[in-house]
Amino acid sequence: MMLNYYRPDNLNDGLVALSENSWTLLAGGTDFYPARVGKHLNEKVMDLTGIRELRSIRETEDQIYIGALTTWTDIVNANLPAAFEGLRKASKTIGGVQTQNAGTICGNICNASPAADSVPNLMALDAKVQLMSVKETRMLPLEEFILGNRKTARKSDEFVTGLIIPHPGKDARGNFEKLGSRAFLVISIAMVGVVAELNESEEIENLNVAVGACSAVSQRLYLLEKEAKGQKLQDLEIKPLHLENLEPIDDIRGTAAYRNAVIPELVMRAVKGVL
Amino acid sequence: MIKEDKSRVTFNLNGTPQTVFASQIRRFSDVLREDLGLKGTKVGCDAGDCGACTILINGEQRYACLTATGQLEGCDVRTVEGLSKNGELTSLQHSFLEEGAAQCGICTPGMLMAAQSLLDQVPHPSEDQVLEALSGVLCRCTGYTKIVKAVINSGQKQTSISSPDAGNAVGSRMVKVDGQKKLTGEELFGADKAPEDSLWLRTIRSPYARARFSLINTEKVLKKYSGLVKVLTADDVPGNNGFGIYPHIKDQPVLAKDHVRFRGEAVAALVGDRESVESVSEEDLNLTWQPLEPVRGLDNALAGNLDPVQSEFPDNTLSRGFVKKCDVEKGFSESHTVAEGIWTTSAIEHGYIEPEAGFANRIGDRLEIFVCTQTPYMDQSEVAQVLGIDKHQVRIIPSAVGGGFGGKLDMSVQPLVAVASWVLNRPVKCVYTRPESLASTTKRHPVRIRAKAGCSSEGKLTAFEFHGDFNTGAYASWGPTVADRVPIHCTGPYFVPKMLSETKALFTNESPSGAFRGFGTPQAAIAHEALMDTLAEKICMDPLDFRIKNALRKGDHTNTGQLLENSVGQVECLEALKSRWVEWRKAAEEYNQQSAVIKRGVGSGSVWYGCGNTSMSNPSTIQVGINGQGKVTLYNGAMDIGQGANTVMVQICADALGIPASQFDLVMGDTDLTADAGKTSASRQTFVSGKASQLAGECLRAKIIQLAEVSDRATIHIEGEKLIAKDETGEHLIILSDILPQENGDVLTGEGTFDPPTTPLDENRQGSPYATYGFGAQIAEVEVDTSLGTTKVLRIAAAHDVGKTINPTQVEGQIHGGIAQGLGLALMEEYIQEVSENLHDYLMPTVGDMPSIEVILIEDPEPFGPYGAKGIGEHALIPTAPAILGGIKHATGVAIHHLPATPDRVFSEIQQAGNNNANA
Repeated sequence: MMLNYYRPDNLNDGLVALSENSWTLLAGGTDFYPARVGKHLNEKVMDLTGIRELRSIRETEDQIYIGALTTWTDIVNANLPAAFEGLRKASKTIGGVQTQNAGTICGNICNASPAADSVPNLMALDAKVQLMSVKETRMLPLEEFILGNRKTARKSDEFVTGLIIPHPGKDARGNFEKLGSRAFLVISIAMVGVVAELNESEEIENLNVAVGACSAVSQRLYLLEKEAKGQKLQDLEIKPLHLENLEPIDDIRGTAAYRNAVIPELVMRAVKGVL
Repeated sequence: MIKEDKSRVTFNLNGTPQTVFASQIRRFSDVLREDLGLKGTKVGCDAGDCGACTILINGEQRYACLTATGQLEGCDVRTVEGLSKNGELTSLQHSFLEEGAAQCGICTPGMLMAAQSLLDQVPHPSEDQVLEALSGVLCRCTGYTKIVKAVINSGQKQTSISSPDAGNAVGSRMVKVDGQKKLTGEELFGADKAPEDSLWLRTIRSPYARARFSLINTEKVLKKYSGLVKVLTADDVPGNNGFGIYPHIKDQPVLAKDHVRFRGEAVAALVGDRESVESVSEEDLNLTWQPLEPVRGLDNALAGNLDPVQSEFPDNTLSRGFVKKCDVEKGFSESHTVAEGIWTTSAIEHGYIEPEAGFANRIGDRLEIFVCTQTPYMDQSEVAQVLGIDKHQVRIIPSAVGGGFGGKLDMSVQPLVAVASWVLNRPVKCVYTRPESLASTTKRHPVRIRAKAGCSSEGKLTAFEFHGDFNTGAYASWGPTVADRVPIHCTGPYFVPKMLSETKALFTNESPSGAFRGFGTPQAAIAHEALMDTLAEKICMDPLDFRIKNALRKGDHTNTGQLLENSVGQVECLEALKSRWVEWRKAAEEYNQQSAVIKRGVGSGSVWYGCGNTSMSNPSTIQVGINGQGKVTLYNGAMDIGQGANTVMVQICADALGIPASQFDLVMGDTDLTADAGKTSASRQTFVSGKASQLAGECLRAKIIQLAEVSDRATIHIEGEKLIAKDETGEHLIILSDILPQENGDVLTGEGTFDPPTTPLDENRQGSPYATYGFGAQIAEVEVDTSLGTTKVLRIAAAHDVGKTINPTQVEGQIHGGIAQGLGLALMEEYIQEVSENLHDYLMPTVGDMPSIEVILIEDPEPFGPYGAKGIGEHALIPTAPAILGGIKHATGVAIHHLPATPDRVFSEIQQAGNNNANA
């Protein structure tokens, strides 16, 4: 008999089922259902929300683990270090509260939208993606996990089980700037995630910056990060060369020219906002 | 263990254990509505964009449409039906009712649940907390203002809702007559009712803007899906396969034959059980398409190098309009200063949260249709001609309407379910999906306006010229109306001695443009208000003073030469805003002195707008009756679509009759039970039907006075079967049950008909096209982030001359809602076929986008109107966008000519202005 819905209550059962059949994976449903408006639902769906162990945030001395099913609201409410402020801010801008209560962080990265608000923040946090199958567990840097628009490195027998984030320095602070055309429920025209460490004289000791919605996958601005080291915050200047890996396009939310023009301002605001 | 496809899911629902046997992947909203019959949870998008389906799961607000039923196992679920206990409203619901926070009511259950999730945690929330909690629910009627206030005030001690005494209904803040059921989830909208055995109908629509197609073999698909009963095509339409609002233009096919003219056009309809009709794929249907090059945009339509959209209109021109007053060239030659410009606007979606829905049921040789509509009587005639039957064989029973704004003046599901039910002799139901609603129904006309205005050195307007090309899409719809109304109004509410205006409605292979709150005048207002600003600036006059100087006054002749004798409150509206204007402008300029990036500005907009049809008869008839048991019923054909016509009609009739409004029962819009009160359009219901309601009440009162042999001043009391008329001579009793009842049980009846007096327009379009005009003005303060191009509207003050306020709460609600739509028009709304066929790419204002709003009501009574009242529905929207754009200009110095003023457009204008300055 054809089974269309399966909701395992533990990771192992899920992994076994995934090794035996191909399934569409469902978590918060905030991407799954909108893609199926008006259609009869008859595909094989594995609903992961019963795997409680994947909905947790754990902090150890050297890293922070965010389980795959952690919702945006969980992140908002968690007592995370200041470096996570950008991620926290982003979590509050993803859809309405209803979406934040259902949508999951790994659902967001697996959906791999160029406009996924969590991604630049997670990139700035040097997040690694934990993937698990019955055969192996592997880790990929987030930048290697998201391969393109709606494309990831997840194999069909793998779950993304969580994110591992190296413990940021104790002075590291995060920030997020989102540009959109309305106050709430808005898909970003562009956004910037930042994690920065500044010393007492406002010199940049370390800067991680990623820009979203301006290329198929959010991009870290490594050159800027490198050159920023040791600079005073007020002297920081963003040059076209720093943005060379961005490839914004014209779409309904804004033109490429506009994105190109406002990214430096957004980056500056995001960096200055860490103070 | 792997579970079965369909299985038991057990949860706690509104405090009671509940088990459903359902496919666990189904949306929980669907299970709630279809399996459990709880229709209070509404569905507006199925995509987590609108929030109408918001429920509480374990106390948290969630979109039921994005929740797999299987996820509910063991959960605690609360829906709107679980709020009130034993018919007692909760303090939140009570607060919504009193504030008038529910207009159409379709978003209300979602709003209530979102608010409840906050109030459970924070009983006395701040405004910011409320905004955040409601951020995931869209409302298109209220502008959110009263909703936010209702939530903030819900913790206060409730007083009981009082109803006005006899004679005091008009002018009171009487709560909506249907208010309570909109708060409990009992209200039935288009998708909320259908016979158990209804078949579902799903329409197959064109993915191409223009194409030939063929659909050859439907037998294969019927064989493949046993639950599929019929594939309807053009050949199945029994009568005329064409509809349209004009008696002589029935150009839009119910189902296209061979050829489609816009993306979203209906080509076939699948009828059967729901699972089957939703499972059929395009491949199953054997549809073959031959795409053709579409006529896109005005330039393409005018160029004429492609085959015309409709062959009967070789130059793609559906209709033209104009007004000519004196010699405009002479006027310009006499002008001291001239301003001109070109403006363009985008297609705009009505964005009602209720997608089109309804069912038809053939009963013998009659057909009944339950549907959300703004115009039951026109639907009746339209459906009849599509079926080839007499209109009396069609009964339209309007559902509650979850927003209309002009979009539900055209037919949508009506002809489809009508044909299916007529042919199959079964009840047939259809609910549009959101993408289908967006793709297939009408839009606000995109327009290109070229306009020019001149004034004297003292700042008196001397001449005005206006050319507007309106993109009317693939079918006529209300295109001629737009082309007709705009030339009359295109100067704004100002006295212009010499003017010329010309409009064209042009066919393209795009969404049909139809009626949308203002019929083209909101677009025209952008041009006339920008011209007023430029002229004022050029002659160094304050823009508001310039408007006051030129405002229409009593004794002036309009563009069509109509003498304005009464109810011309334009100057009062502008004067009422003057002190705020001066103060706000000064504050903004001071703010800008110390702010380099964020700039503030204040702009203004004005409106005048004729109430009712243009130079055309548009009567309304309203009836009232008392039955033998003393029940008073208002038979009201004036459709309420959330704006409050049902309440207003009762208020007016109650005072005319002289009994308390609370004694009224209401029958609304049912074509078998009410007389024709025309369409809910053109801001005509309060003015036209309201007058009819007054006359009906007076008619019944006169009959009672005569029967009881009492004086005109007598008071009337109805207590059961006893009617007591009391005057200075004492009490006079009428025993109602003694009077021979008519068929519907009423023993005493009154009827009123009103047709506003207008005259035909002559060869220069001179004459009196409307019996009355509403006037108004708004000022808006905006804040522009000049480094990013984003605009936030901080506050708006709105002064409107409504003649007489029948219900202040409702008038404020109309103004708030109009402002929200005007703000969307100004800043964010742009419908692009294929791209914005959902409510996350088509952006409408959220609760966080609204400014604070102050409403000032001016009452310059209109002698024709009921108790002096006239319309407000469309007037409220028209000045908003001009005021916001004026604010952007004041803040940044840049004039936006292409709407909406999205961040990229505003930014680019600012950049360009900067470059120009640098080069200068």
